[in-house]
Amino acid sequence: MSHFDLTILVIDENAVRAAIIEDGLREAGHGHVTVVHTVTGIARVIEATGPDVIIIDIENPNRDMMEHLFQLTRSVSRPIAMFVDRSDSASIEAAVEAGVSAYIVDGLKKERVKPILDMAVIRFNAFSRLQRELAEAKSALEDRKVIERAKGILMKMRQLSEEEAYALLRQTAMNEKKKLADIAQSVVTAAGLLM
Amino acid sequence: MNTTDRTDLAAPALASGSEQTHLRAGFIPLVDAAVLIAAAELGFAAREGLTLDLVRDVSWANIRDRLAYRQFDVAHMLSPMPIAALLGLGSNPAPTVAPFVLGRGGNAITVSVRLFETMQALTGLADTASALDCAKALATVIAARRRDGDRPLTLGMTYPYSSHNYELRYWLAAGGIDPDRDVKLAVVPPPMTSDALAAGAIDGFCVGAPWNMIASEKGVGRIVATKQDIWASSPEKVVGMRPDWADRNRDSVLRLITALDASARWCDDPANHGALAALLAQGAYLAAPVEIIRHVLAGKFALDAKGNARVVPDYFVFHRQRANCPSSEQALWVYSQMVRWLWVYSQMVRWGQVTYSAEGAATAASAFRSDLYASALGQAPAADSAPQAADVFIDGRPFDPENLEAYIRGFDAPPPSV
Repeated sequence: MSHFDLTILVIDENAVRAAIIEDGLREAGHGHVTVVHTVTGIARVIEATGPDVIIIDIENPNRDMMEHLFQLTRSVSRPIAMFVDRSDSASIEAAVEAGVSAYIVDGLKKERVKPILDMAVIRFNAFSRLQRELAEAKSALEDRKVIERAKGILMKMRQLSEEEAYALLRQTAMNEKKKLADIAQSVVTAAGLLM
Repeated sequence: MNTTDRTDLAAPALASGSEQTHLRAGFIPLVDAAVLIAAAELGFAAREGLTLDLVRDVSWANIRDRLAYRQFDVAHMLSPMPIAALLGLGSNPAPTVAPFVLGRGGNAITVSVRLFETMQALTGLADTASALDCAKALATVIAARRRDGDRPLTLGMTYPYSSHNYELRYWLAAGGIDPDRDVKLAVVPPPMTSDALAAGAIDGFCVGAPWNMIASEKGVGRIVATKQDIWASSPEKVVGMRPDWADRNRDSVLRLITALDASARWCDDPANHGALAALLAQGAYLAAPVEIIRHVLAGKFALDAKGNARVVPDYFVFHRQRANCPSSEQALWVYSQMVRWLWVYSQMVRWGQVTYSAEGAATAASAFRSDLYASALGQAPAADSAPQAADVFIDGRPFDPENLEAYIRGFDAPPPSV
């Protein structure tokens, strides 16, 4: 039996990240993947799917609920242990750092699970990078917008051309050792107060 | 401020000597993290040459794992967690010891307003009824529900190896309720308890401060018992650490204990409660209304939205009565409750069995490192270890750590296999 026969359950409240993980698992050849976005009724899902591996994000406060569920195991057919192998601390640390935790069926060979956890870690990290880039792109766009507005204000109030207005903003930023966007924001704020 | 997001954790800095003086400490946003928070914020740690980086987390399972995998050096933990870890219980048991108790108190049991009204209607329970009477009234309601074919009540707690789990079970059993057969116990993250109660997903819960008070102020819950009613001198949270780390950084551990002792003394002084409430209320810590935290610290309980109130003396004990000293007796009581309740699971699961054994008791007792506490702060005067009023249990049963097996057998539940 290859590791592609494993049944994998992904629990992630973040639907986008869950989709990214699911894609990765399917691309890697895993056919038995179930994704849920809430832990409500999770006992029934576990019972129905009988997962060999459960992947859950560690930002989810309901992890403690999962721990309790695994302890009871009345609703879960098999005992489930945490993490791949405690001796493989490097891969575990990478997982914890990325914000992934995994539960596996007790007794499952670690070689079969490691590629899954490694993939989840890579995808989790990729998702964080994506979010960071998105936030940076958003703030760059905001900066451009405020600089445009400041330019407009200067052109109108001081009868400057667009190039002159931009040069004035840039020179002021250099003189005051501040970011161009910050100077532009002060212009916009000041204009709001004065006009 | 010394709080950092989990995303930008730096590698632990090393002191010029071989010992680590820059400590990363995980915590859950609860009032009983106060001693750690004040130690980091108010200079108690700095005075001992330590830097405490506090990292907020969302679940006890995360705290356990991040301590085990060295993302944290020390952590705010439930007192049964190190004991469970040493006994090999739970999903990722890595050796953990506790040389310092962060205090006593803070927990309470709350039931939905509707359930409390049913308890009153069936038994004539007074608004001012005792915790034990409330448990007995709940037993009457449960019996009536069973007769009527109603679903069993669901009660929330925080974690399988939590003081809340054992306190809730102790209270239920004192009232004649079997926690495994008569009700359903479920884990609910404390910040979600009020909403879960309001939505009818649970009928009651046992959690720490400030969540009981928040439920009662919202008018969705009725507080029926506090930790003081069940076992007043019970340790609540502890500072946990890996034993190998503690060995390698013994001097830093002793300094940490000294810093926490000073912080606990400060937190305990009512004159400082206004400043402490303001500190805890901050967004980086509890992000809760400062007024509620102030009431919690004073032990002023709004029992319900009708204006019934109660003042619980010593609801929080951060320092007095030698509250910070971890004792093997405390660890043994936790162990006795693990044995008392876990034999039920042992019928069903391969792992997680706890039956009484002298070795098991010795292992449990070794989780609480009173030796480290004593090295930093000195031994307890003999008079301090004498039994006190605070050692009384809600069911009147005396705890006998010397005859632990007989104590466990004495409970009404079937005796554990030995």
